[in-house]
Amino acid sequence: MTDDSREDLAEQKRKAVEEAKRKAAELRKAREEKKAEDSEDRVEASQEEDSELAKKKAAAAAKAKAAALRKKKEQEGEASEPEEDPDLAKKKAVAAAKAKAAALRKKKEQEGEASETEEDADLAKKKAVAAAKAKAAALRKKKEQEGEAKETEEDPDLAKKKAVAAAKAKAAALRKKKEQEGEASETEEDPDLAKKKAVAAAKAKAAALKKKSGSGDDEKAKAVAAAKAKAKAAAAAKAKGKAKEEEAEEVKPSPNQPLLDRYLEIIKENLGDDLVEDAYINRLAKDVPTLVAKKESYYRLAEFLKFNELLAFDYLSETHGTDFETHMEIYNHFYSYINKQSVALKVKIDRENPVIQSITPLWSGANWPEREAYDLLGIVFEGHPNLSRIMMPDDWVGHPLRKDYEPYDVEV
Amino acid sequence: MIRTEEMLLNVGPQHPSTHGVFRIVLKIDGEVIKEATPVIGYLHRGTEKIAENLQYTQIIPYTDRMDYLAAMTNNYILCHAVETMMAMELPERAEYLRVIVMELGRIASHLVWFGTYLLDIGAMSPFLYAFREREVIINLLNEISGGRLTFNYMRVGGVKWDAPEGWLTKVREFVPYMREQLAGYHDLVTGNEIFMARLKGVGTYSRETALSYSLSGANLRCTGVDWDLRKNEPYSIYERFNFDVPVFHEGDALSRYYCRMGEIEEALKIVEQAADQIPEEGAIMAKVPRIIKPPAGETYVRIESPRGEIGCYIASKGKKEPYRLKFRRPSFYNLQILPELLEGENISNLIAILGGIDIVLGEVDG
Repeated sequence: MTDDSREDLAEQKRKAVEEAKRKAAELRKAREEKKAEDSEDRVEASQEEDSELAKKKAAAAAKAKAAALRKKKEQEGEASEPEEDPDLAKKKAVAAAKAKAAALRKKKEQEGEASETEEDADLAKKKAVAAAKAKAAALRKKKEQEGEAKETEEDPDLAKKKAVAAAKAKAAALRKKKEQEGEASETEEDPDLAKKKAVAAAKAKAAALKKKSGSGDDEKAKAVAAAKAKAKAAAAAKAKGKAKEEEAEEVKPSPNQPLLDRYLEIIKENLGDDLVEDAYINRLAKDVPTLVAKKESYYRLAEFLKFNELLAFDYLSETHGTDFETHMEIYNHFYSYINKQSVALKVKIDRENPVIQSITPLWSGANWPEREAYDLLGIVFEGHPNLSRIMMPDDWVGHPLRKDYEPYDVEV
Repeated sequence: MIRTEEMLLNVGPQHPSTHGVFRIVLKIDGEVIKEATPVIGYLHRGTEKIAENLQYTQIIPYTDRMDYLAAMTNNYILCHAVETMMAMELPERAEYLRVIVMELGRIASHLVWFGTYLLDIGAMSPFLYAFREREVIINLLNEISGGRLTFNYMRVGGVKWDAPEGWLTKVREFVPYMREQLAGYHDLVTGNEIFMARLKGVGTYSRETALSYSLSGANLRCTGVDWDLRKNEPYSIYERFNFDVPVFHEGDALSRYYCRMGEIEEALKIVEQAADQIPEEGAIMAKVPRIIKPPAGETYVRIESPRGEIGCYIASKGKKEPYRLKFRRPSFYNLQILPELLEGENISNLIAILGGIDIVLGEVDG
């Protein structure tokens, strides 16, 4: 991830934290007020009945409202979070109703009117309903704007489960999308990463929730807000980081690119530019510069790689053949102990007539591996000092590593 | 003047000094070897062919059976190749466990070489000591992996088992014990007159020959090439440890002996540091997809096994089985130089030279 995105992330995080703090402060304030009311409440025990009644009615109304809301939502076809939203709305409405009822009670006490309980209750009910309505509406609106906000004020276990499920779904969707995009190189890695991040974020959220669920409302709210902010920041970072990474993957040249360019330049200067069929950085093999020689210039190129004093690939690390069905291929990995550099040299050869010059005269170490390639793949190396079978018995029929190999048995 | 005539002498394939099934056809004149032709393939099991029909995790037990004296390193090379293709990050604890078991394996492997090599050239007792210490390592590895020789311990993305309780303490205790024993070996063997006479100046080759023959490991370092992939192309977490690479310049069997004994000491240093640095707890497996499918393309990676440079080439078509799997087996490459070394040598040096290369036939034959 680049510095830029990191700064962005830091910025987002800071903002989120600030907002969470502000929210928490508001809540705390509200709660302190409520507490004060409660203490007053305790003094006036006689009025508890009334307030209870008002509370209950308000709660019932809020529930009804929430049910209606749920129904409406379902009709609207918001299938994405059918359970979460109504629950939340319900809870919020209940909370609002409670607060309203409390406020009402306070007012009532101030006025000293104890007789008109029913009327008050009615009033409370109405007011609570109105408040709940407004709240729910606001919430819905906000939700719609946000598209898919995840709320987690349910019980922590459920929230955790839901968060994990959501994270998984997200990761799956991401993977699918990626596969469609045909990014073969990163299909496995990125979804994993995303999944991990999402799960981690969800876990953090759930953990925060669980931790705070026992304590006061403001704490909980704070935790929820913080977790939410965190998750949001993480999601944003993820999206950003991913975009950046992808860009980087395409744009950023390999650290070995200058090496490859240098090799090619030296080869071009000395041998012309018609020896190398293809040249690229093999990112899957620790960025090794890879040259693909033309069949007729394979030996010349290998010889040049070894004896040119600027290249000086004095060590043959590996040579072997592969049957790619459309063609055969020789893969060599050379190393220069003088320059401490690697290069891979490949050559494609005809599958029906697999003949290639041997490089054993250049590197004695190619002797047995070439015999192995002859034995198991049937590649004929011209100029090899002793091209005979090495693994299989001398009278073996066929070359086992060829893709069309059929075991030969005289008795069948 | 004694009249001699050329004759063919067949050594092996069943011969105790070849430590496996290896045959050499010698053309000798009197006691002097005129020509030596190694014949291999008796232990060829077609690992690479079998692997083309197996998923990556299923191939790991087959790697155990190549270099069966250092199976941990073989486990690692396959996992490392797949992890390189998939650009996988490993959990810290898994990396440390891997390094500890690999280095313990390196010590065990060199102990087997030390014991049997001296047995071959006529010293009986070092074998008993070497195998006594090796037994401690084997027990440690048995405890963590459930196997004494073929461990099947590593997986793509980590290791299969976490260290059992008290295991790391045992590893830490093993280090000073082994150092003490190693000092005993030097008292017993190094500097012994007969021993020196048998190895000094025997099977000498130059740096250029070694490079040309693609030798690696102690066979290369005995000619003055300061090269160890753990140091020069660090993989895993080897760049975190302080250790030296023993290098000698004579290119004879004796310097190969010094190299390997030095490597035991260095491996102990790495084990000691790794056992101190390893995180107390943590994941031992990275998040790995249920079915491992490296992206289409090819890779070649190489690491330092006790016998030299072990490499793994994978051509993948994005499927769960490799399209082509090829191991660069150090014993196979190192053994190529044998005919050149034996030419003109006295037949009594045959075993001293062959043993000095330190081959494992399971690896030579693939």
